Amino acid sequence: MNAPLNGTKTSRPSEAAGNKPQEATVLDRYEPVIGLEVHCQLKTRTKLFCGCSTAFGGLPNHNTCQICLGHPGVLPVLNSEAVNFAIRFALAIGADIHETSVFARKQYFYPDLPKGYQITQFDLPYCTGGTMTLASGKTVRLMRAHLEEDAGKNVHGDESSYVDLNRAGVPLVEIVSQPDIRTPEDAADYLKRLRSLVRSLDICDGNLEEGSFRCDANISIRPKGQEQLGTRCEIKNLNSFRNIERAIKYEILRQADVLDHGQKVIQQTMLFDAASGKTQAMRSKEESHDYRYFPEPDLLPLRIDAARIERQRQVLPELPEAMSKRFQEKHGLSAYDAAVLTSDKDLANFYEAVVARVAGAVTEKIVANWVTSEYLREVNNRSWDLTSPPITSDHLGELIALIGKGVISGRIAKTLFEEMAEKGPGKGAMAMVEEQGLLQVSDSSEIRGVIAKVLDSNPGQLAEYLGGRDKLFGFFVGQTMKVSGGKMNPQLVNDVLKELLDARRQG
Amino acid sequence: MPANQTVKSIVEQVRSGKLTAVTAAHACLERTRTIAQKLNSHLHFDEAAALAEAAAADLRIKTIGADKLPLAGVPVLVKDNICVRGSKTTCGSKMLENYVATYDASVIKRLREAGAFVVGKMNMDEFAMGSSNENSAFGAVRNPWNLEYVPGGSSGGSAAAVAARLAPVALGSDTGGSIRQPASFCGIVGLKPTYGSVSRSGLVAFGSSLDQIGPLTTTVEDAAMMMDVLAGLDASDSTSVKHPQSGFAKALLENPEALKGMTIGIPEEFFESGLDAEVGSCLERAIADVQKAGAKIKRVRLPNISYSVAAYYVIATAEASANLARFDGVRYGHRTQGANLNLKDLYRKSRNEGFGREVKQRIMLGTFVLSSGYYDAFYSKANKVRELISRDFAAAFDSGVDLLLTPTSPTPPFKLGEKLSDPLAMYLSDICTIGVNLAGLPGISVPCGRTKAGLPVGMQLIAPKFNELTLLTGAHAYERATEWHKDQPPL
Repeated sequence: MNAPLNGTKTSRPSEAAGNKPQEATVLDRYEPVIGLEVHCQLKTRTKLFCGCSTAFGGLPNHNTCQICLGHPGVLPVLNSEAVNFAIRFALAIGADIHETSVFARKQYFYPDLPKGYQITQFDLPYCTGGTMTLASGKTVRLMRAHLEEDAGKNVHGDESSYVDLNRAGVPLVEIVSQPDIRTPEDAADYLKRLRSLVRSLDICDGNLEEGSFRCDANISIRPKGQEQLGTRCEIKNLNSFRNIERAIKYEILRQADVLDHGQKVIQQTMLFDAASGKTQAMRSKEESHDYRYFPEPDLLPLRIDAARIERQRQVLPELPEAMSKRFQEKHGLSAYDAAVLTSDKDLANFYEAVVARVAGAVTEKIVANWVTSEYLREVNNRSWDLTSPPITSDHLGELIALIGKGVISGRIAKTLFEEMAEKGPGKGAMAMVEEQGLLQVSDSSEIRGVIAKVLDSNPGQLAEYLGGRDKLFGFFVGQTMKVSGGKMNPQLVNDVLKELLDARRQG
Repeated sequence: MPANQTVKSIVEQVRSGKLTAVTAAHACLERTRTIAQKLNSHLHFDEAAALAEAAAADLRIKTIGADKLPLAGVPVLVKDNICVRGSKTTCGSKMLENYVATYDASVIKRLREAGAFVVGKMNMDEFAMGSSNENSAFGAVRNPWNLEYVPGGSSGGSAAAVAARLAPVALGSDTGGSIRQPASFCGIVGLKPTYGSVSRSGLVAFGSSLDQIGPLTTTVEDAAMMMDVLAGLDASDSTSVKHPQSGFAKALLENPEALKGMTIGIPEEFFESGLDAEVGSCLERAIADVQKAGAKIKRVRLPNISYSVAAYYVIATAEASANLARFDGVRYGHRTQGANLNLKDLYRKSRNEGFGREVKQRIMLGTFVLSSGYYDAFYSKANKVRELISRDFAAAFDSGVDLLLTPTSPTPPFKLGEKLSDPLAMYLSDICTIGVNLAGLPGISVPCGRTKAGLPVGMQLIAPKFNELTLLTGAHAYERATEWHKDQPPL
């Protein structure tokens, strides 16, 4: 088999001329209209219509049976766990859950689609409506969400193509927004929030690279002030938040360029090429499929009664918005810190575990600073998995608590944390402090001796200070800390230094 | 196989120790060896496999006890669109010529649990599409009453073999009459149960909302014994339902004259135009016999039944066009031999070579009626007609009718090749049976006469949904009052 998708290039008219329209001027003249379709793989143990495992990876075609291979005579049986997950999603976005919904067959031929049709929901999805609120304050309405089965994967080699059906039949919820989004930034924020939501609901692992959270964007632009919508293009293959933003930006500029040259935007499906940063036409509307949907006769209409919805409501976890509010009230955090910490369920849990471990030795605000700056930096740099990070909440909690108890300074704590991140937590913060002799000096007579030496060995600066240059106070603090290797209690250093300098001024 | 054996007689002899499954199998195979070729009834006839199955049945009988096994030692023939693990399941198509099923259909499991075993896979119209069994990629089946005539279809191999007493029972599938019409053409009993009462899991789908597996037997009592085992809720078929009734065979014994006091409805539409004169006179006599057996006769009307063939050929082909999409040459089944084909050509050539003419015609019809712009005019409308037909039947039963009585087919068996050039005439041969599938009702065909040429004629009884008790006891009472079921083809 040859690779079936023969991309046809549609270049931007101005590329030949070499003058690209600028984003700012484009946005002065045109308003982008963006709608997003997200496919969330539900993390059920088994597939939507058979008992096969949904595990990612594994040998090709290992997680398959007669049903997901589409053998003759097999029939689908709906996975009730998938329905429950879908209900939880609908509850979380405040959608209307329909008592009766209908599965349909969406027909097309492709090697990764074993039956020649996908079982999905068409004109009667299980839920409609609902909203998501973005950081910009914008509310995005959702059109619908429906349950469907995933297709397998075609793997194209040099001369042959191969089919892996491990993914065929994995449950998906497809979430379709209204075309309410107006900027690429809001599009990315919407997706981040949606991902955070499905992760906190524990119904999807939200992994963009592995494809468990996939996004297609529909984009059109219209002259500012115009009511009528422009012709839209759909972009597929958006596998990171960054690429989503890039692709949408590129597509807006491309369409503006087309319109600026007096041409019409052609309704077509585009692929985003992350390497070139450009979108490329995949197929035009004329060659688009007639999917010949009709109700799936092998499945009865899906009935979801009020009692079932209620049972799912009972097991809903705390959702990101509510959690953020709670973090601000209970932990005294800023809206920003709370938003960062609750953007990810595992990060939020981590933060609360550190707070518990610190047990009041430092404020919750300080813990938040540590988690959002020091800790998150290492998470990103070292690609730690927050479900099982090498530096646990216990490790970090012990370390931060040592600052509060006056055992080490904040500076030493940061050095130790970097060392932990590099070499692993070892026996823990206290053990490291002892082994490396980093115990903070809180003995004021020792501090007094060191400071006296510092003052004596910097007579020039001392004279200036005594002559009225108060700014030099910081210089003496720095020198003292340097001499002591950062081990001295900074508060005590401040107090003693002040005392000694005051004495010399008077003397 | 002694020519007069029935499901009932075999079970009785196995229980009394006079017969084992293996000896029953031997008898079956011996007769099959001499006769099956004349009929072209079998697609797979593997004696060693059949004997192994029989031995396994004997072991089960020994372990569990014949008394606890309702079908102890009964050899069963299986239409080749029902999966039997390890055996080819071709559906009468070149597309699946070498396809070996990897699992057992739910009905096969139930039969084995009940002490029965499989002795052969039977010829059929390709993917069950046909009414004469001339659409098989492996040659037409011949009617045992006259080898120049068709046995009906699509379960033609099953019907011909049971009529020729190659086994006491065969499984067929019925989407628009594919059990009842060949049963009628071959002079035997064919039962299409209520939609949902027998699991479709492992039946290669044709029209999923219409398909139903059922038995072809030589007596109504055997059909009842089969129904006792086949009916039941199956978790692997979401459209299967727990039948509210049970104990069908027992009910027949307890109520042998069930027609007494029943009201039998005669839908006039089936007796008006287009009915063959000889079939008509057989049916008139049958109505008189039913009356003699104590039933009241009531003329009824099914006003929308004349639209049933049109609605059926929209709905069944629409579903078939999707159901047959999986046969694409990618994972199993026929794949074209050409090298360096692109994907579209691989699909086109594999499907063009693998499917026969009638199947292609129906896939095209079904694809068309589901196409954007035509869906409402055809598919939606056909479903509305389907609903109206269901209501017509319900109204007839609500008017105090216990069963409806019709011809099974408007004509007696026709000659091989006679209707091949006239697809519409072929489609109309299912006119009496199709409405039953659209409404999901149970129907049975029982022999009710012979033409001057000696070819069998069948009568159809139809009952309300999930009322196989009335259907089978009524048919049984008729059978007791007549002799037609005792006739055997002159082979």
